[in-house]
Amino acid sequence: MTDVRIYVTYKESVFDPQGDTIKQAIHALGHDEVKDVKVGKFFDVTLDPSKKDIETAVKEVAEELLVNFNLETYRYEIMEEA
Amino acid sequence: MAEMTPEEIKTKKPYLEWGLTQKEYDYICDELLQRLPNYTETGLFSVMWSEHCSYKKSKPVLRLFPTKNERVLQGPGEGAGIVDIGDGLAVVFKAESHNHPSAVEPYEGAATGVGGILRDIFSMGARPVASLDSLHFGELTDARTKYLVNGVVAGIGGYGNCMGIPTVGGEMTFDECYRGNCLVNAMSVGLMEQKDMQKGRAAGVGNAVIYVGAKTGRDGIHGATFASSDFSDEKETQRSAVQVGNPFMEKLLMEACLKLTHDHKDWLVGIQDMGAAGIASSSCEMASKADSGLVLELDKVPQRESEMSAYEIMLSESQERMLLCVHKGYEEKVIELFKDFDLEAVVIGRVTDDGQYLLKHHGQVVCDIPVKTLTDDVLEEPSQEKVPQRLLKAKEMPHWVPTITEPKQTLLELLQQPTIASKEMFTQTYDSQVRTSTVLGPGSDAGVIRVRKTNKALAMTTDGNGRFIYLDPKIGGQMVVAEACANIISSGALPLAMTDCLNYGDPNDPEIYYELHHSVAGMAQACEVFDTPVISGNVSLYNETNGEAIYGTPMVGMVGLIEDVLRIIPSTVKNAGDALYLVGPKTKADFSGSEIQKMQTGKIFGALNELDLPNLNKIMKQLLTAMQTGLVTSSHDASEGGLGVCLAETLFNSELGAKVTLNLSSSEFFSETPGRFIVSVPQNKRTEFEKTLGAAQSFLGEVDSMPKLAVTLTDAEFEVEVSEAQKLWEEAIPCLMKSKD
Amino acid sequence: MKIAVVVFPGSNCDIDLYEALHTVLNADVEYVSHKCEDLSDFDAVMLPGGFSYGDYLRCGAIARFSKVMPEIVKMAQAGKPVFGTCNGFQILTEAGLLPGALKQNDSLKFVCKTVPLRVENTKTPFTHQYQQDEVIKLPIAHADGSYFADEATLSELEANGQVVFRYAGENPNGSLHDIAGICNKQGNVLGMMPHPERAVEALLGNEDGLRVFKSLLENGTVKTEES
Repeated sequence: MTDVRIYVTYKESVFDPQGDTIKQAIHALGHDEVKDVKVGKFFDVTLDPSKKDIETAVKEVAEELLVNFNLETYRYEIMEEA
Repeated sequence: MAEMTPEEIKTKKPYLEWGLTQKEYDYICDELLQRLPNYTETGLFSVMWSEHCSYKKSKPVLRLFPTKNERVLQGPGEGAGIVDIGDGLAVVFKAESHNHPSAVEPYEGAATGVGGILRDIFSMGARPVASLDSLHFGELTDARTKYLVNGVVAGIGGYGNCMGIPTVGGEMTFDECYRGNCLVNAMSVGLMEQKDMQKGRAAGVGNAVIYVGAKTGRDGIHGATFASSDFSDEKETQRSAVQVGNPFMEKLLMEACLKLTHDHKDWLVGIQDMGAAGIASSSCEMASKADSGLVLELDKVPQRESEMSAYEIMLSESQERMLLCVHKGYEEKVIELFKDFDLEAVVIGRVTDDGQYLLKHHGQVVCDIPVKTLTDDVLEEPSQEKVPQRLLKAKEMPHWVPTITEPKQTLLELLQQPTIASKEMFTQTYDSQVRTSTVLGPGSDAGVIRVRKTNKALAMTTDGNGRFIYLDPKIGGQMVVAEACANIISSGALPLAMTDCLNYGDPNDPEIYYELHHSVAGMAQACEVFDTPVISGNVSLYNETNGEAIYGTPMVGMVGLIEDVLRIIPSTVKNAGDALYLVGPKTKADFSGSEIQKMQTGKIFGALNELDLPNLNKIMKQLLTAMQTGLVTSSHDASEGGLGVCLAETLFNSELGAKVTLNLSSSEFFSETPGRFIVSVPQNKRTEFEKTLGAAQSFLGEVDSMPKLAVTLTDAEFEVEVSEAQKLWEEAIPCLMKSKD
Repeated sequence: MKIAVVVFPGSNCDIDLYEALHTVLNADVEYVSHKCEDLSDFDAVMLPGGFSYGDYLRCGAIARFSKVMPEIVKMAQAGKPVFGTCNGFQILTEAGLLPGALKQNDSLKFVCKTVPLRVENTKTPFTHQYQQDEVIKLPIAHADGSYFADEATLSELEANGQVVFRYAGENPNGSLHDIAGICNKQGNVLGMMPHPERAVEALLGNEDGLRVFKSLLENGTVKTEES
């Protein structure tokens, strides 16, 4: 089995109100060094490499369901082969 | 890791941490079982004999409540109480507290509180149609309280909105005593056809016990057990005390259960929510009510985590689960029905006739005790009570009366007190309109829901005022019921019945037990007078932090019936030119525990004036008659902030004003004498109105097309723009929530 | 005209749509399960508000894989009226029947209140009984109603008159161009965040939404600009 982590985030051009609010909270704590915050989500997916090529499978799952391309983009990491 | 043996339990006494006293344990060993209980059995006794499940401390007090009248179809003892509203229909309601979980994790604590009370309603065969809440927090000045407020409000909305149940009313107050122990009480109201009534019972030898809904995990197992030295650190990290709600699962569960109870009654024997103490309490209560026994196979219980012990499976408070008793032969049909809603249903046991509670796990019997020992044999211990010192002192103190130099300023300041100020910032995050039946929503004296397919509507309110209980438990208890009645009457409804959440400190403290006892006695008296029996409820004790108890705060949830939807009375004035009346008993110097006392002195003190309950009831019924005969356009009851605040509020959002003259002084303008209303009446109905109300009414003036409030008092007169007052009232809480301390 | 109200797992405004049509307007309307694979009996379909699949992942993202969806796509392509309110609008965008997407409100909070809207396209089967640029009031009740689309899509929507409802007061959610509801190019698919079905009875204080349904029932199909 292979564990893959898929990260989904807003596209650069999309305003992220949650990230903005968190940034303000961080600034309120005095962390002026923090310039920007973006909120995203990740999915830990366990795949069976004998069924399908991992990269193809990840691409399909992400693009069919996990990502809304109107707003979002994604990347992924192959974590480990258990 | 082996569980303690019965002998080890006897010597190491883990049950003391689980809440059983030595005396109770000895009684179980020596009298009930005549042997030592094993680990699982000891755990079961400790939860089933807890206050939450057994009411062992509060039972003697709860017996004071009237619980019946000709309308009550189901009183306390089932998931929720049921009241006849005619046309073959019934209203079902109950309130429940989720104080402790909300103080730990406000979002999930409040959300699962809503989830739990909704299950109580649909387990009776009723569809929930409205929710309300009663929230009490510390002052809105510290960051922790704001965090709690935000979390609790988001949790209530998050769960209720997703379920599609409108949140139509509620209350929110702020006092320092709730800082360490916020109160989060949720109420749900359901509607049903009387023929669909269900009960939580497991009867009929061989009938199946079916588990439905979410899988069981280690969440919500009583906190005390975590501390047991027998759990390794590694194991402890796997445990979670906080239950996490899944409203989507609950929505499916609700639709499936309603389909079962409405369309397939013949399959079903009984149904009950798995609430506090999970499978343990639901299964043995169902068996006990039917004088049956049960055999349960714990290996069949759907489990989310591995290697759960029998103890953990039985005591888990995982959410969104129901227990059914189904006639033999219909198991597969029931399983199919739930599968159609993507829900898992599993037969986990059978009904027996020997009265034994027999649990098997991994091929071994882990519990074999009489059902009734868990449900009926709890030792009721008489509690000690003592009059609190402060009450004795209060009687000797002179009555405090505020000094008012500028009534306009005082009014504007009162409107900004968090307990009085607009809560719209919070209530607009609740869906108050879903199901398109909400006639009056948050901000009205009572929420009003029309009953489809009839001409009727239901009014509902939650009220709790700990300040008055603190100053005089008995009169305070009467006042909280009177206030709920006033809210129901004010919307044009006849009060039917009520539910309650009794929130107090540690009842082992004789002074707190005194508060509990005497406030309930006061409430019970008022219930008798207003004919509003208590049909369901819940008790939350031990609301203390570092030995400081909250004000005893009984919350009343009341429901009333409006026979004609065209006679629903809003709390806002409607027409310029209408006459304004004050309805109610004579205004007295009622300042002890008032909002103005708190605002001016920073504390509450003094004695309360006696309440003339029969007179209040008479006036309220006269007002209701006037409403039912179409004499009243709007009505708003005066509570915190007295007539001053009441007058301002009845004008808000109306784009109208008022010119009034009151035969009262500037201080009396803010007195909180209970049972008074500001009512608007069309000019052509004035004579009839005055005749109907008799001495209980006095003419104040008129609704004005100019949006200004002009007030003449015996010692002052002033004018204020309604928009100015409304703006201050609306912005007070958003401003407090935003400010950094 | 026979109308389907689709019930997804987690839908909760299905009753509101149904009652508006059935009880208030005496229309021929039926609840249809998300598992239904044949809508050929129906002349129009409505997707209700609520929290399909708990709003998990993204609002509407899982519902669009329901068995009923290919039938709804078929009806949209055939020029039959397709309507989605709130979660129904979210599902229509996720399914690609309408452009753009609905983001979380700028306030990050659920908001339930009545807001003013301007009706900017009165040629759809759902709006032909309104006056052009008429301002009406409808309730909103959502946490994810902030309409988003890229610049090119927005220009196209504006150029084609596909913005049907626009917030006419304060923008309640951060939606771009104050968009409250849009239709497809043909005009037969309409999605909107506000709830017209909650504003159809004087008893509940607002009847401004009634004409959405009256439009559909009275010549709803004729007005469809189907080629």
